[in-house]
Amino acid sequence: MAHDDAGAPSSGTPAPGTPAPGAGQPGTSAPGTPAADSPEPVLEVRDLVKHFPLTRGVLVKKQVGAVQAVDGVSFDLHRGETLGIVGESGCGKSTVAKLLVGLEHPTAGQIRYRGEDISTLSGRALKAVRRNIQMVFQDPYTSLNPRMTVGDIIGEPYEIHPEAAPKGERRRRVQELLEVVGLDPEYVNRYPHQFSGGQRQRIGIARGLALRPEIIVADEPVSALDVSVQSQVVNLLERLQDEFGLSYVFIAHDLSVVRHICDRVAVMYLGRLAELGTDEQIYEHPTHPYTQALLSAVPVPDPDARTHRDRILLAGDVPSPANPPSGCRFRTRCWKAQDRCAEISPPLEVPAEFRRTPGPVRHPSACHFAEERTVVPNG
Amino acid sequence: MTHQEAAPEPTGTAAAVAEPPLLDVRDLRVEFRTRDGVAKAVNGVSYHVARGQTLAVLGESGSGKSVTAQAVMGILDSPPGFLTGGEIVFQGRDLLTLRREERRRIRGAKMAMIFQDALSSLNPVLSVGAQLGEMFQVHEGVSRKEARARAVELMERVKIPAARERVGDYPHQFSGGMRQRIMIAMALALGPDLIIADEPTTALDVTVQAQVMDLLAELQRELTMGLILITHDLGVVADVADTIAVMYAGRIVETAPVHQLYKAPAHPYTRGLLDSIPRLDQKGRQLYAIKGMPPNLTAVPPGCPFHPRCPLVRDVCRTDPPPLYEVGPGRTSACHFWKETLDGAR
Repeated sequence: MAHDDAGAPSSGTPAPGTPAPGAGQPGTSAPGTPAADSPEPVLEVRDLVKHFPLTRGVLVKKQVGAVQAVDGVSFDLHRGETLGIVGESGCGKSTVAKLLVGLEHPTAGQIRYRGEDISTLSGRALKAVRRNIQMVFQDPYTSLNPRMTVGDIIGEPYEIHPEAAPKGERRRRVQELLEVVGLDPEYVNRYPHQFSGGQRQRIGIARGLALRPEIIVADEPVSALDVSVQSQVVNLLERLQDEFGLSYVFIAHDLSVVRHICDRVAVMYLGRLAELGTDEQIYEHPTHPYTQALLSAVPVPDPDARTHRDRILLAGDVPSPANPPSGCRFRTRCWKAQDRCAEISPPLEVPAEFRRTPGPVRHPSACHFAEERTVVPNG
Repeated sequence: MTHQEAAPEPTGTAAAVAEPPLLDVRDLRVEFRTRDGVAKAVNGVSYHVARGQTLAVLGESGSGKSVTAQAVMGILDSPPGFLTGGEIVFQGRDLLTLRREERRRIRGAKMAMIFQDALSSLNPVLSVGAQLGEMFQVHEGVSRKEARARAVELMERVKIPAARERVGDYPHQFSGGMRQRIMIAMALALGPDLIIADEPTTALDVTVQAQVMDLLAELQRELTMGLILITHDLGVVADVADTIAVMYAGRIVETAPVHQLYKAPAHPYTRGLLDSIPRLDQKGRQLYAIKGMPPNLTAVPPGCPFHPRCPLVRDVCRTDPPPLYEVGPGRTSACHFWKETLDGAR
């Protein structure tokens, strides 16, 4: 991750864009672009692929392989919804985040924002789209430039998108943003080191909000925070969502936080989605063995649960994404794996046996032997 | 808690009544002398742990949980850290009165530590076999060949697959979970009576965390060691601890057997922590949030250090630091209003 860049990645020279009509102010209800209340998703991701080439040689570079960080991921993000992407390290969830905000270019596949594929856009058109998709980073220590004041950090998006706020108004905007995220507006001239981790994360969130985006991609936004501060930031994110009608892509490894904040959850393993559903479908009626193992491994803060928990201990580690297993990528750690799993990669769809079952068990799960198993004791 | 060994323990924990605790830390004080002033990182901490028992020390960053452990192990960075008071009684002897050489012999052989970050705790230019074997060469004077054989044995003990083939591998060739197993192996090498694990699974993924915690708990039971688990994770604690000590701003604010602490906390800070964690098994809308943030240790508020953030604060809290009240068998709380808290006041 870059050490200093603002939430909005700069794309070439900041050409003066068309003045945006009615760039709303924090506090008012009108979101950036008015949209009809259609069920149409704001973001459609289709067969997204990102491979990082592995090369050998210094003068003559030869590609010897590829890290298949993201390998065929599809999902929709609806307006005002929070979609969680969970998975362990190396599963590709952060790469998905970078692809969504345009910090990486996809090897293949589409990211459609309001029906338009943004991975093919460039120049002014791309810049306009990026205004609406902003990012909040994990580490509040390295994602803020230590030599810039808080005011400059939060106001930097306006340098890149000058049409978003006239020059004379920027300072006031920044102060409003500070207030919105629960910081003292008097802090504009302070530097990041004068703030605690939780406060810094609020600064990062304020920067993400500066351009009044529709979508915020948050990559592990609360993972670096202490428990008592974490809940403050989670509540803040929820409040902002209601206030500004934001859609979130919330990337995290902490399944408890994800359950709390997300409407729908995508479980990712080694570059692919294993299961996708509402929080009830995923947490109470998981059908993919990986989801079940993942959920069962989460320690529950209840000592009485020690005895009556269904624990699934997975053997081994996640294989390398440079050399993933054939067929189903989870098969090397799966207790249900059979020959078929090595030959045919299971698609992410509602498994045949559940297609006619009403209720929460009917949701996409990429497993040949999908089967319901409740692993989370009901609280 | 220092007065407690004499009192009989009606709760059915494994703690022996007559046997003195394995480790008894009494009124420990550590301060850091920095340019910004003196930070009292550990301010009168007492806890004890018996053989075969797991004590979890729970706290957020800056609470002093790790510094206490470093002082116990004798690996405190000094300066800037200074041990200014207290006793560390291990197997009946106050470690602070021992000579450096004697202390060194205990460290490693009798008490060992597992760190959070296995990659930076291991030497990157030595094979893991050499690092494990070194323990036996230095402490027991065995030959290099013998040391290597014992290293393989240890690696098998912590369930590293193909130990014999991997003994010559370097730390970077292992995954995070495997490296943490090597750290555990290293801690176990000389058969210690006490293990201090400082956030041993924080850097690991959940499925790997579960493997490593299970291994640690299993070995602890098998070898009836005392285990001090330092963590911020209320979930991990609930899974393995017998007793819990909750730290805040350099002090212990509550000690209790695990089941009782989760059922009815006796300190508002503990209650706040329990209320503010999102739960895997519950979908709630608004999370409870403890207001404000932990104090700067160079300027801890007078009276109860938690009072600016406490929902139950009254005048006395702003002036009088609460003592550790005995609130039940094996339970203490540093809150003037522990009774109200215990009864569920929020």
